[in-house]
Amino acid sequence: MLEAIILTVITAATPLLLAAIGELVVERSGVLNLGVEGMMVMGAVAGFAITVSTGSPLLGIVAGLVAGLAVSLIFGFVTLTLVANQVASGLALTLFGLGLSGLLGEGFVGTPGIKLPSLSIPGLTDIPYVGRILFGQDILVYVSFALVLAVSWFLFRTRGGLVLRAVGDNHVSAHALGYKVIRVRYLAVMFGGACAGLGGAYLSIAYTPLWVENMTAGRGWIALALVVFSSWLPSRLVIGAYLFGAVTILQLHAQPLGLGVPSQFLSMLPYLATVVVLVAISGNRRATRFNTPACLGAPFVPDR
Amino acid sequence: MKKILLLAGTALALAAGTMTASAQEKLKACWVYVGPIGDFGYSYQHDQGRLQVEKELGDKVETAYLENVSEGPDAERAIERFAREGCKIVFTTSFGFMDPTIKVAKKYPDVKFEHATGFKKADNVAIYNARFYEGRYVIGQIAAKESKAGLAGYIVSFPIPEVVMGINAFMLGAQSVNPDFKVKIVWVNTWFDPGKEADAAKALFDQGADIIVQHTDSTAPLQIAEERGLKGFGQSSDMIKFAPKAQMTSIVDDWGPYYVKRVQAMLDGTWSSTDTWEGMKEGAVVLPPFANMSDETKKLAEETYAKIKSGEFHPFTGPIFDQAGAEKYPAGAVVPDGDLLGMLWYVKGVDDKLPQ
Repeated sequence: MLEAIILTVITAATPLLLAAIGELVVERSGVLNLGVEGMMVMGAVAGFAITVSTGSPLLGIVAGLVAGLAVSLIFGFVTLTLVANQVASGLALTLFGLGLSGLLGEGFVGTPGIKLPSLSIPGLTDIPYVGRILFGQDILVYVSFALVLAVSWFLFRTRGGLVLRAVGDNHVSAHALGYKVIRVRYLAVMFGGACAGLGGAYLSIAYTPLWVENMTAGRGWIALALVVFSSWLPSRLVIGAYLFGAVTILQLHAQPLGLGVPSQFLSMLPYLATVVVLVAISGNRRATRFNTPACLGAPFVPDR
Repeated sequence: MKKILLLAGTALALAAGTMTASAQEKLKACWVYVGPIGDFGYSYQHDQGRLQVEKELGDKVETAYLENVSEGPDAERAIERFAREGCKIVFTTSFGFMDPTIKVAKKYPDVKFEHATGFKKADNVAIYNARFYEGRYVIGQIAAKESKAGLAGYIVSFPIPEVVMGINAFMLGAQSVNPDFKVKIVWVNTWFDPGKEADAAKALFDQGADIIVQHTDSTAPLQIAEERGLKGFGQSSDMIKFAPKAQMTSIVDDWGPYYVKRVQAMLDGTWSSTDTWEGMKEGAVVLPPFANMSDETKKLAEETYAKIKSGEFHPFTGPIFDQAGAEKYPAGAVVPDGDLLGMLWYVKGVDDKLPQ
């Protein structure tokens, strides 16, 4: 039973983790992209369409990534080049993505999808209890962890990461030092779009192999909240995504056990847990402020 | 036919589009949907009904629709917009559109309105609904026959009479075959979230259920059943393509005949404010071919289907006991429609506490 629960938690947490790790990089560069939901849903429709048309879930994953990246470029152009308001543009991107994906996906409604196969290593996958959990996941689960490690390493162990954080903390100084603020932010936004696209493709290829409008059902917003929850630290993002996934799944298991707890309360639990942890974390004000990108959401126009 | 896609940029229609067929002097019939027409479920089926009207009466009628209209103030604006734009008849297809429909109808007495699944009528507002519970009784019988564990998992959305009535009908059907049949219930508090529905299905299977029933709109639970080699039932539309080895049948809403009839009545000038609750008999509730079950089960299901269709049998026929075991309706008594529409209590044998 525990094994079954853990397996379900992993599938619930992976799309959140994928989308959130991208947004974390975006926000670290000082850009607030509220369009995660829109980029995710574009990734979902593109991933599904290509998977079904070519028969290859791997090509579908690539398509999801590209679709997320492509719509993030619209956001980049509007907010970085034209210096429009980031909050409004991000919201617009979400609505745009939801609408466009519905239009593009119209022909795919009611078409059965192809599921991304899970890894199967003879010997290792068959180990009782831990075998399937550690060695029997689909490739995107491993990708999500690899991305977290890579982002963590990049942000805090490389020169490029230092520049990105400098741009997010004080774009004027970074600019004065000769760093290309706009270019760095474009790259961050594109990375965020690609990750959100991957998260969306995970939904339509691995989680539930189907396409229906609005199938992300608010997961993009949860990913956004998780970034704040993590106080912009990749390692905490894993905790956040898995905590949220675990509480969501546990409440579904708790209901049929007949504990007599109202189901509305159980449905509320994942969000409640997130808020409680958030309050606990923000108890340490100094650490929180230290990690918050100081220029988050602020537009930048280089003086010439 | 030339179709123009108009995108309204106001808050009213944030994610909504409207499609109008260009024509003159035709009767304009309009639909308001709560979800996207691409949900392959509830709103999709209503739109199939609209398309049938276009197909059968296309030379005399033009149609338009608004999708993704949320229940609340937005609904009123959407409905009023249709009334102002010259729609002669407006179908509002969700329970939450009830009060907005009545309100707009007062302002536009010359426009006819039809509200689905509600209970408020007016001189120019008719109401209509489908007897989905008839299908749920049949799938209850199938589940009890086919389940080896004697336990079904049931995924539900919100504790409204429509849903509770469904659970009760399912249990009455199941108990008619196996009096000890058990059901485990999970409330997901959403009509539509494929991921969450899939997770709920996994949780229920992990707890020993071998048949999944849903009152939510996506195909995800059936796909999980297919993956695990277990069985289940579709919802709103025929989902056999998604689960060729798992779907035993589905409960399909076929609104087309009703819509054609009502629009025809408008053309003939015979429209009046009616209260329609149609079921299998009128073809509003249809069960796709029974599959993935033993011949014996199939025979029983077909017999019950035929009996309900002919009006010989009503799923809510006494004796019916409540959870505590008290007799609510004596043997032979049929539960009146009014009681069904307000049903917020479980029958005996349902192991769940109804969320208040």
